[in-house]
Amino acid sequence: MYPTEYLYSREHEWVRVDDDVCTVGITEFAQQELGEVVFVELPEIGQVFDANDELGTIESVKAVAEVYTPVAGEIVEVNDAVVDDPELLNEDPHGEGWLVKLRFSSAADLKSLMNAEQYEEFVQSGEA
Amino acid sequence: MTEVASLRRTPLYECHLEAGAKIVDFAGWEMPVQYAGVIEEHRAVRGAAGLFDVSHMGEVRVRGAGAEALLQRLTPNDVSKLVRGRAHYSGLLTERGTYVDDLLVYRLAPEDFLVVVNASNAGRDFDWIASRAAGEAAVTDESDRWALLALQGPKALEMLAPLVAPQVSALKYYGFVQGTVDGAAALISRTGYTGEDGFEIYLAPEDAPRVWRRLIAAGAAPAGLGARDTLRLEAAMALYGHEIDDTTTPFEAGLGWVVKLDKGDFLGRDALVSQQAEGTPRKLAGFAVEGRGIARQGHGVVSDGGAVGAVTSGTWSPTFEKAIGMAYVPPGMAKPGTSLTLDVRGKPVPAVVVELPFYRRPR
Repeated sequence: MYPTEYLYSREHEWVRVDDDVCTVGITEFAQQELGEVVFVELPEIGQVFDANDELGTIESVKAVAEVYTPVAGEIVEVNDAVVDDPELLNEDPHGEGWLVKLRFSSAADLKSLMNAEQYEEFVQSGEA
Repeated sequence: MTEVASLRRTPLYECHLEAGAKIVDFAGWEMPVQYAGVIEEHRAVRGAAGLFDVSHMGEVRVRGAGAEALLQRLTPNDVSKLVRGRAHYSGLLTERGTYVDDLLVYRLAPEDFLVVVNASNAGRDFDWIASRAAGEAAVTDESDRWALLALQGPKALEMLAPLVAPQVSALKYYGFVQGTVDGAAALISRTGYTGEDGFEIYLAPEDAPRVWRRLIAAGAAPAGLGARDTLRLEAAMALYGHEIDDTTTPFEAGLGWVVKLDKGDFLGRDALVSQQAEGTPRKLAGFAVEGRGIARQGHGVVSDGGAVGAVTSGTWSPTFEKAIGMAYVPPGMAKPGTSLTLDVRGKPVPAVVVELPFYRRPR
């Protein structure tokens, strides 16, 4: 269920690394917890963040959730499709529902993330 | 070591799991917040019919020669005008004229009433009524005796008709009959909390799962607490703990029609008479958000740098596909068309006051 080539944070973000750019999204678990998404607020291209800074927010009918960046870096791309059609986040959170791409500055940030197996366990454990 | 009271389940719990419900803790009960999804369930109720389990609500039976006088004293609406086979919307008020709870009063017989109250206040409401009965009426907590299903939507009558006796097609809004649904003894009222046509069906707990399954088989969509909230908000119906609580009077909440000052004395009457003469310090207004984001309970209404009011309820409306809500504002800001600024998690968001209700069903 959770792509093995991604890394995962305890806040239910996933990260896909391609050289020095990483793509960030939220996981299937997060999407299910939120319910139907109606608004997505994302940052602008060029904005710079530290690891664990708030990137934006995702609002569903009944809740609002902050999205945090697992890595420090500069925003190089923003998924406008998801801003225009928030349902994409529910339909395909690991694919078309990606949120931003960052050029990241430190590979060290990746070390504290989980792999797919560890994330799966984390979700099952009930601590999530 | 802390002792945690376990959550309660209604007789429909297994039915909810069968239907794929996501279960949450609500007022000490394990209740379905959604099945297929809040938006889908909401649209099913507006377009066809949805079925809600509201068995967690409380019921208080009030009987005896002094029953009418007791309820007349404790509620602002006129019980003397309530005939057998009819219910009315009312409340329990404090002596300050503020809400202990909102509720429905059903007259089953000249000296026999069923008072239906919110799940979150059931124990408190029973104590409130029973402790003030002073021997003039028998007050019993019947919450465990009744399961309650709400079938709501334009197709509700069509789905219920083959299962119900006597026929309810001519039943007026707020009227009720005592009969059967699928052979099970039931009280069926033409009431609801969605703004659609529909019926609330009071059953013995052991009959509830069977009747639930029959109505689902007839095409009703299971609908949870999430959709219940978006539906009632579009219909501008008050929710205790949001639009009404022990700091709000019926006049502030736009519920003045429930108050019959001329019927005689009742708890809270003096305070309401004063408020009627002096005017209310604040007024409940409906709004539509013009910016991005959803305003929710507690978010401030700001003017000239300061908070002048607060949002009581807010959500994203599936019918209008925008964020809507209700807020208490200074009376001068309550006129439809007035621009408001809302403080949504530190960000100013523009909104405009709109007339209530947001939604009225087509007739």
